[in-house]
Amino acid sequence: MTDVLVCIKRVPDTSGQVLLTDDEQSVDARFVGFTVSNHEHAAVELAIRMADATGGTVTLLSVGPADAVEQLRSTLALGCQAAVLVEAEPTGLGPADVAAEIAAVVQDKAFDLVLLGNDAADSGDFQVPVRLAYALDRPIVVGASSVEIADGRLKSFVDGPEGEETYDLPLPAVVSVLEGGVEPRYPSLKGRMAAKKVEIETRTPTREPVGANRVRLTLPPAEPNEVEVLGEGPGTAPAVVDLFERLAVL
Amino acid sequence: MATVPSKAQVVVIGAGIVGNSLVHHLARLGWNDIVQLDMGPLPNPGGSTGHASNFIFLTDHSREITDLTLDSVEQYQEMGVFTKSGGFEIARTEERMEELRRRMSSAKAFGIEAEIVDPAFVKEKVPFIETDQFIGAFWQPEVGVVDSLRAGTIMRERAMETGALTVVPNVEVTDLDVEDGRITRVHTTDGSIEAGTVVIACGVWSPKIGDMAGISIPLTPAVHQMISVGPCPQLAETEGEITFPIVRDMDTFCYERQHGADMEVGSYAHRAILHEPEDIPTIEQAKLSPTEMPFTDEDFDPQLEQALELMPELLGADGAEMRYAINGLLSLTCDGQPILGESLVKGLWTAAAVWIKEGPGVGRAVAEQMTQGYSEIDIHHCDIARFYPHQMRREHTRLRTTESFIKTYGIVHPAEQYESDRDQRLSPMHDSEQKFGAVFFEAVGWERPQWYESNSDLLEVYGDAVMPREHEWDSRWWSPIINAEHLRMREAAGVVDLTAFCLFDIEGPEGSGSALASVQQTCVAQCDVAVGKVIYTPVLDAKGGFVSDLTVMRLGEDHFRVVTGGAHGQSDKKWFADRLVEGATLTELTDEVSTIGLWGPQAREILASLSSDDLSHEGFGLLTCREITVDGISVLASRISYVGELGWELYVSFADAAALWEKLLDAGQPHGARPVGIGVYATTGRIEKSYRAFGYELDAERTIVEASMQRPKVKAADFVGKADYLKQREADPQAVLCTLAVDDHTSASGVKRYMLGGEPILTRDGGTLTDGHGHHPHVTTAGSAPSLGKHLLLAFLPPAEASVGNELAVSYMEELYPVTVVSADATPAFDPDNLRMR
Repeated sequence: MTDVLVCIKRVPDTSGQVLLTDDEQSVDARFVGFTVSNHEHAAVELAIRMADATGGTVTLLSVGPADAVEQLRSTLALGCQAAVLVEAEPTGLGPADVAAEIAAVVQDKAFDLVLLGNDAADSGDFQVPVRLAYALDRPIVVGASSVEIADGRLKSFVDGPEGEETYDLPLPAVVSVLEGGVEPRYPSLKGRMAAKKVEIETRTPTREPVGANRVRLTLPPAEPNEVEVLGEGPGTAPAVVDLFERLAVL
Repeated sequence: MATVPSKAQVVVIGAGIVGNSLVHHLARLGWNDIVQLDMGPLPNPGGSTGHASNFIFLTDHSREITDLTLDSVEQYQEMGVFTKSGGFEIARTEERMEELRRRMSSAKAFGIEAEIVDPAFVKEKVPFIETDQFIGAFWQPEVGVVDSLRAGTIMRERAMETGALTVVPNVEVTDLDVEDGRITRVHTTDGSIEAGTVVIACGVWSPKIGDMAGISIPLTPAVHQMISVGPCPQLAETEGEITFPIVRDMDTFCYERQHGADMEVGSYAHRAILHEPEDIPTIEQAKLSPTEMPFTDEDFDPQLEQALELMPELLGADGAEMRYAINGLLSLTCDGQPILGESLVKGLWTAAAVWIKEGPGVGRAVAEQMTQGYSEIDIHHCDIARFYPHQMRREHTRLRTTESFIKTYGIVHPAEQYESDRDQRLSPMHDSEQKFGAVFFEAVGWERPQWYESNSDLLEVYGDAVMPREHEWDSRWWSPIINAEHLRMREAAGVVDLTAFCLFDIEGPEGSGSALASVQQTCVAQCDVAVGKVIYTPVLDAKGGFVSDLTVMRLGEDHFRVVTGGAHGQSDKKWFADRLVEGATLTELTDEVSTIGLWGPQAREILASLSSDDLSHEGFGLLTCREITVDGISVLASRISYVGELGWELYVSFADAAALWEKLLDAGQPHGARPVGIGVYATTGRIEKSYRAFGYELDAERTIVEASMQRPKVKAADFVGKADYLKQREADPQAVLCTLAVDDHTSASGVKRYMLGGEPILTRDGGTLTDGHGHHPHVTTAGSAPSLGKHLLLAFLPPAEASVGNELAVSYMEELYPVTVVSADATPAFDPDNLRMR
């Protein structure tokens, strides 16, 4: 039985054009709303599969504003059992603060396995998983595309430049997950109904934040928008098929 | 890809269902240089059409909207993009069943196939529905879904095939030029187009574009939540887009609509979520499309639970996931009607706040109006000219739509009043009316006393003659005090606040004749009358249909005053303003001149006690007007009556109105006069006299002859609609407006029921009647006639049925009640010889 903790962050949906807030401290979610990142969706999917396979549970943790309850609920709807919110003003938090708060929860509740997204979709600090592993004095795999548990040990797979890397490590452990290894599920109606009934545990931060030391966010220059017209009418079909094959969607 | 041309005959802004339908119909009607713009790509530029659920339920309580829907369905069918699925509206409560029975009335009145069915009937067609969740349903077999994007493409292509249309996608309108009150130019991100005619048909963005020309298009983008759940194994095996009928779960304000292997669940149950047109994301900023906003799941959660209870096996099936969920934007208006027609800027037209189910019909009607000045389907309720300044405020639209959104699937009483943004226009008598316990109904912002609680003592005086109503629905937004006030007016006198009238003067330079020429060419009646004459006249469109009916007073050789109802006053004002002869001017007086009605057998005595002017029948004849002095107050008195009694309409400045009101009531008291509300003025007094009202009996689809309002002679002077009016006079009418009396009100349960309007008229045994237009007769006005002890109905009947004494039936809540024709022309049911007017 594996009880997994998955950490998720309330972030603006960045699949459209990214806008910054006027103070340049965060991404503006006005037109796109909030979500959790694709990496975290993949982590949740892996956790649910492991829990289902072993009769375990998945607990969600978010360190962020009160509104992060929305993300906890919609992720609970996928088939998780419990959720914890460490309520804190996100703009005042740095990666060290987030890692410390997660560590406190892990130590308190004794989770064998902690999954996180590889990096946050908005601030992109790439630090929390490693800082967490360090704070907990646990082994970590970074950028895993899938994980398995067998005989009390963790196998983790990473898509490396030379092929798939396999890591075998003891539990307890920390894994940061990259999207792409699994197809995350969508919520079912029943899942959503069940999620409504879960009582979310709310905690206060364990310490004063040291902050992000972030001066401001900037946007990269817009990528040139190139449109290539493949043709018109039925005669264009082979060109479209060819393109799809090149993009490996066929 | 086309580029923006420098000139066009007409520019249509928007390539959603409305813009596409417009370009098609404009091309069909002979426009040959049409440019259509959209800021998005084709075929789905990202507006509301792109995410529409695309299903069409046919029956609406509004005749106008139903006709536009039926016309649209015909067009969709002709294009081959309509799939019939059938549709249910299910009821979870008895109250809703009653509403479904009322829907049956509308379906019968408008000729739509429908029936009330039990849950087992629904289960047979929708096997995955739980029958213990509801008690009955309204079944419309002709309901279906359309491919609105494909329809748009077909319509654009048809227009392009004629060579009349240039479509330019991915171009944004940046400004509109207006010169001397006319639209002249459209500026875009890709150059400017000179055009004398422009149509704003860009849905939720329309207010923003309207602002560029200084016109208000008062709609608000509002969220309608929708999710798609699937794949559902029960649907996976079916062929095509839809196999099972659509279910509208009316009491949870939700619908379930199959879309392939998925079930779409849409909701109108959540809080009103409104946006500003300026805050809609661009295509680049949006995650999906600009009008598919991020889903807010907490708003939808209660509906999920109810949907799951209704279809547990389908929506709870293994593998069925919520794969698509949006806060879809659509357009809402302060009165629920679309915004169509020419704006106050000449040549700048609007076609906005339109749903998929009306799109093609609206496109046709607006194109017809643009081309020939009238449309086959009357759309005056949707006229953009209808709005008064207070309704053009965004705040008004926000408040009203916040209130009405939850009523989208609601049970809305025909007389239901809005609660928000009231007290916008108060008559000078408002304080006094409040002291009398006035129950205020709103008319275009005016607070008008419908009746006065202070008159409740009259209930005892008149006893059962006030025709009390036992059933809550029949007596909602109603009081027997109205009928008591009516009886007191007929017995003594009533004083009525008519401040909501819309008044405007048409004047011309002395001796120019331009004022006379202006009204003469606009009105049917002879306007070249002596100064001091009052003219009651229809106003017609070019095909001889009603635009209005109103009164005109000749106050001088070159000075006419038009008095018309508040509801359509702004449209009437535009109609006259557009037809002014050079030199003539139009000045609105609505907010300067108040009107007080004084009617009843004691009216002359009361007024005479306050005035030394000659008020005798000989000295102040019917249909004349003149300045008189009423206890020191200067008043323009006009001897006419909409309630069939001796008396006057008294026009007085706002400054003096409250004083005049008090003087009339004080002087009237010894004579038994009372303040009387609009319940008497607009319904009981009117219907006893079989007086017709614009918007009820009269609209552009009705003729003077059908309404039996023709005079023996037609004036020699030309006027709009004359040629067709002359033809109508020679031909047999296709329908005849009749007054009917209900013979027996007793329902099967023994409770007496009173119709409120809209009900179908059938043969005594329930058979369908059809007039020469192919329409089925229905009640245009219903109301108490307390002086006759009858409940009267007005309805256009097939000519063969229009004879006094003919015995028919009215269907109310799916029960038949016997009725008899009491008048087959304009002869009043009460005082047929108009003796009381003298």
